[in-house]
Amino acid sequence: MSLSISFNINGQPRTVELDDPRITLLDLLRERLALTGAKKGCDRGQCGACTVLVDGRRINSCLALAVSLDGAAVTTIEGLADGERLHPVQAAFIAHDGFQCGFCTPGQIMSAVGLLAEGQAGDDPERIRELMSGNICRCGAYRGITEAVLDAQKALDGSNRENAA
Amino acid sequence: MNRFEYIRPASVAEAVGAAAQPGSAYLAGGTNLLDLMKVGAYRPERVVDITRLQGLDRIDWRPDGGVRIGALVRNSDLASDARFRKTYPAVAEALLSGASPQLRNAATVGGNLLQRTRCPYFFDLASACNRRTPGSGCDARLGENRLHAVLGWSEHCIATHPSDFCVPLAALDAVVEVEGPDGAREIAVEALYPLPGATPERETALTPGELILAIRLPAEATAVSRNARYLKVRDRTSYAFAVVSAAAALELDGGVIRKARLALGGVAARPWRAWDAEAALAGAPASADAFARAADLALAEARPSGENAFKIELARRLVVRVLQQALEGTPEAMPALPASPFALTSGASHAA
Amino acid sequence: MPLETPAPIAPYRRHGSNAGQPLTRRDGELKVTGRATYAADNHPEGMLYAVTAVSSIARGRVTFLDVAAAKAHPGVVEVLTPANRPPLAHDPDKKLGMFGFRIEVLQDDSVRYVNQPIALVVGETLEAATEGAALLNPRYEVEPARTGLDNGERYAPAAIGVGGAPRTAYGDVEAGFAAADTIVEADYATPTQFHNAMEPHAVVAQWDGDHVTLDMPNQALVMSREAYAAWFGIAPENVLIRSPFLGGGFGSKAILNGPQILAILAARLLQRPVKLALTRSQMYGPVGHRGRTWQTLRLGLDGEGRLTALHHRSIAATSSFEDFLEPAANASLYPYASPAILAETHGLRLDIGTPGPMRAPGEASGSAALEAAMDEAAEACGMDPLDFRLANYAQTEPGTGRPYSSKALRECYAEGAKRFGWAGRPLQPRQMRDENGLLVGWGVGTALFPCPHFPAQARATLRADGTALVETAGADMGQGAWTALAQIAAEALGLDPDQVEFHSGVSSLPDGGVAGGSGHTASAGLALHNAGEDVIAQLAELAINDPASPLFGAGNIGVVARSGRLRRRDDETRSETYVDILTRVGRGAVVGTGRMARDEEAARTWAMYSHGAVFAEVKVDPELGQVRATRLVGAFAAGRLVNPRLVRSQYYGGMIWGLSFALLEEAVADRRTGRIMNADLAEYHVPVSTDAPSVDAILVPEEDAYVNPLGIKGVGEIGVTGTVGAIANAVWHATGVRIRRFPIRMEDLMTRR
Repeated sequence: MSLSISFNINGQPRTVELDDPRITLLDLLRERLALTGAKKGCDRGQCGACTVLVDGRRINSCLALAVSLDGAAVTTIEGLADGERLHPVQAAFIAHDGFQCGFCTPGQIMSAVGLLAEGQAGDDPERIRELMSGNICRCGAYRGITEAVLDAQKALDGSNRENAA
Repeated sequence: MNRFEYIRPASVAEAVGAAAQPGSAYLAGGTNLLDLMKVGAYRPERVVDITRLQGLDRIDWRPDGGVRIGALVRNSDLASDARFRKTYPAVAEALLSGASPQLRNAATVGGNLLQRTRCPYFFDLASACNRRTPGSGCDARLGENRLHAVLGWSEHCIATHPSDFCVPLAALDAVVEVEGPDGAREIAVEALYPLPGATPERETALTPGELILAIRLPAEATAVSRNARYLKVRDRTSYAFAVVSAAAALELDGGVIRKARLALGGVAARPWRAWDAEAALAGAPASADAFARAADLALAEARPSGENAFKIELARRLVVRVLQQALEGTPEAMPALPASPFALTSGASHAA
Repeated sequence: MPLETPAPIAPYRRHGSNAGQPLTRRDGELKVTGRATYAADNHPEGMLYAVTAVSSIARGRVTFLDVAAAKAHPGVVEVLTPANRPPLAHDPDKKLGMFGFRIEVLQDDSVRYVNQPIALVVGETLEAATEGAALLNPRYEVEPARTGLDNGERYAPAAIGVGGAPRTAYGDVEAGFAAADTIVEADYATPTQFHNAMEPHAVVAQWDGDHVTLDMPNQALVMSREAYAAWFGIAPENVLIRSPFLGGGFGSKAILNGPQILAILAARLLQRPVKLALTRSQMYGPVGHRGRTWQTLRLGLDGEGRLTALHHRSIAATSSFEDFLEPAANASLYPYASPAILAETHGLRLDIGTPGPMRAPGEASGSAALEAAMDEAAEACGMDPLDFRLANYAQTEPGTGRPYSSKALRECYAEGAKRFGWAGRPLQPRQMRDENGLLVGWGVGTALFPCPHFPAQARATLRADGTALVETAGADMGQGAWTALAQIAAEALGLDPDQVEFHSGVSSLPDGGVAGGSGHTASAGLALHNAGEDVIAQLAELAINDPASPLFGAGNIGVVARSGRLRRRDDETRSETYVDILTRVGRGAVVGTGRMARDEEAARTWAMYSHGAVFAEVKVDPELGQVRATRLVGAFAAGRLVNPRLVRSQYYGGMIWGLSFALLEEAVADRRTGRIMNADLAEYHVPVSTDAPSVDAILVPEEDAYVNPLGIKGVGEIGVTGTVGAIANAVWHATGVRIRRFPIRMEDLMTRR
């Protein structure tokens, strides 16, 4: 069985022939489209390392069937920076040492980007922690992660004000 | 994951027709289905993808003030809907205490109702499990069963239903609208889950092919909006299933309870409506004594299914607490840690 | 006052000041953009996917595998079983060096633990290989599983941990107890824990004739290269291991394991590249864990609250076929002064995968029990737990009497107590509540970790353009080696870190040693330092012997290297750039080499440890028993800190591991079958962000002139120690309940209403 699906991935339209309906979005990205930024930490929605944005919302790409996402817009960590310019969340993760081994980091960052878009956390670190709790960091970089999200929130608020002015 | 036929029906009728064939599974958010398929605990021959069905992703407010939630509404969308949050706060709080933001973004409300048990023996293919393989036995019964049922279980199955969402739904008399090969019908959320008895493989009241189209919350349940809470005890602060949870809602008349609604989660194969406790609370003064009596009544039939006697006492205390919280009133804002005993903890912060 | 940057340390000559700066990670941009390449991110042309099938029984034999069904699945290419597994050059039932454990590579049909590989399925796609493995539907001849104290086989071990002594006695313990006014005795149990690095063990293996390239996460590249060479019967130089990034290791990626070897073997058999990545659940078996312990602490105390004797006895679980034992009891040999100490460990054989070193092996589980027992002793003496620890402060190393190379533990206690606000802590438990009625408790624990050093080598090349290339086959599993090691090298070379290209993570480079034992920065760092010094010495030789150089004749006075220039020590205005020196003599480059070296006499003379004090606040729901560690403050002294930013992160991570040990982690095995019923990340709980709302680390300055020429101690594991006990003690302080079984659970704390 061949299933053809069309995606928009990181701003680029792609049509993919799937040879198997079992392929998850994560395995499609990693094994067939050479987008290995999203990581497979558990493959069961239990760690968050595979987090990507689908139609602007953060999800676990390991629990999405690729074939079901025909027509979706997918943003992965590879599509986040503007050329050489890092996204404010990426820059904040470096500044606050919001990672150690780096394996969960693409998922953390995509999750943080999703969180900021959701607009539920504000500048409350406890809400940020709660809304980042779907991303496990075994190295224990949570302090830096929380600080980075707070910082990115401020940076984005600032740039929004500038844009509005 | 086994090979399967992938079908994307264009209509509800087409979906029901396809799924009525044996070995079919509906795919919506996929967060539970794919997990089960990866582990091999569920091996459907046919996956019917209902995500493109039109009209099932709406939240419709009815003239009487009740709400109809399309089965494909995402958990996160329902929880963040301002009117819903204000009208059914305990439901929103329960939703936000479940899983993770990513999972809530993918999971649908219909799928949430139909999620399978977390019993590890159900997931472990080498274990006997009557729910997964009828007649094979129950290895959980004498196994590692700290988190298993204390109410409504049988020798054949001691699994619990893991949903947070269903607990306040049951307390608030939610019903599901179902479409099936034999037409449409409605089922109360509580009745959606038969107790295991001798047939734990019958996990829901749905017949093959039946599809949940919507969940309805009645207008009467809005009477408790200002005194409704969900509370969930966990082994980890967040991103963990309930050890025990409870939803409580009170209609008050001064210091007297006009009507109480109470349901427990994590204690049985269904969200456990505490009817006797509710009856005892109705007309009683909203007092610690009344809450303690209600807790005793709610757990009167409870018995450990293994090394989980603590859950009975824990559930009693949780009932008292959640009733107390409901009495204190629904908070203005959603707590930072929804449904957590630490929801009000302040101060601790390295990132202030 | 704690300083970010300790002052330079005598007696060693120092060039410049790159080290000590809180630089951000050099690999930060790669990691935040998804461009950091982990093993499973590789995808060579023609690659196949391998998936292991694993046993569901703990002991017995595989009697049937439905190979035909697996092979009938479209896309399945090959199924390896004991019946057709190609030969290996090493006998898997024999040990191969200290870290070469006996492992399972389909040598026969026997099963020794749950999740042991029993077949390997190779497919054109991951989906095909995965389902192929599921279709094997193994049948077994099952033998009863030995899963606990009641049915395991006790034995007297020859060694514990990695070459540790199973019994160490200082002084006369019985006499110490006889002289005691008070004796405190308590039993503690610690569970099976799994490393659960976020990156599952993986390998992409590619053969080219008798050469093999292995992309895999690896904590000990050159040691592993030798081992793989032995397994595959080829020369070590024919093995190339590339491990530029590890997605966490924590000890689990230093020891070879069966699944990875089988994938490499399949690649050779099929003459195509093969990728294997374990599933999360498959990591609960063949890739090590922290073994269960049952510990008994007995403390004798005099009227002033001083130890008269300390007896720490531990039973440690291991597999039926290998001997690694969690050296928990030995954690009591070091932290506290006592005239008599006895540490002894007994082994218990179970039908489990072999345990191995897991972040602070022995120190974590042993200090958990010791620190909890010390708290019980403080209570018995009616003393504040911090005062009690100070009363038992070790001025010299217990048992040996050796002086410490440095020990700023008093400062750690003081700084930590101050930051935490320890003063005014009620002595009695269950005295504090927060504004919401939650019980509040405060606890303290002493942190300690030794300073092992490993052989390591490095090469430094100063180029004609004044930049340098430094190389060592080190491993960065998140600790920040790529940054800290480059800083050390840059300092030795008198260059900015930006001028230093740092190559590591490849086995063809000079041996960088093992990333373990919290000793990698010191070990590989010393090698890099010495390589840099070698370059500078050669460069100085060129300059001082050249009449055209402003440094001509400075031989007796000496030169210093800083900012890309050599300068006369007595007159720094007389200087010359590296570029000028090299250009004039027409040298394209100067290559220096170095190895880990320290004064072995000093290492025998002085006792060397990193020290710290951890203070914990917990809140406990008085009725429901749910616990949250609301504040952790650790104060640590670990010699000279190469990069304070990264050191803090190590301490935070270590303390969060301690929190996890105290409150969350436990693999739950079915007593009948040995199957781990929570072998995933949903029910085997590791901390999420809300579990650690406030973690703070104080970097207490400490100079150490003896530990090694760089004055560096380890920081990677010490944070775990002390923290477990601090939290358990805080739980007691909050509730009045002593929980001696880890992790502490809500039902343990529901005893009172």
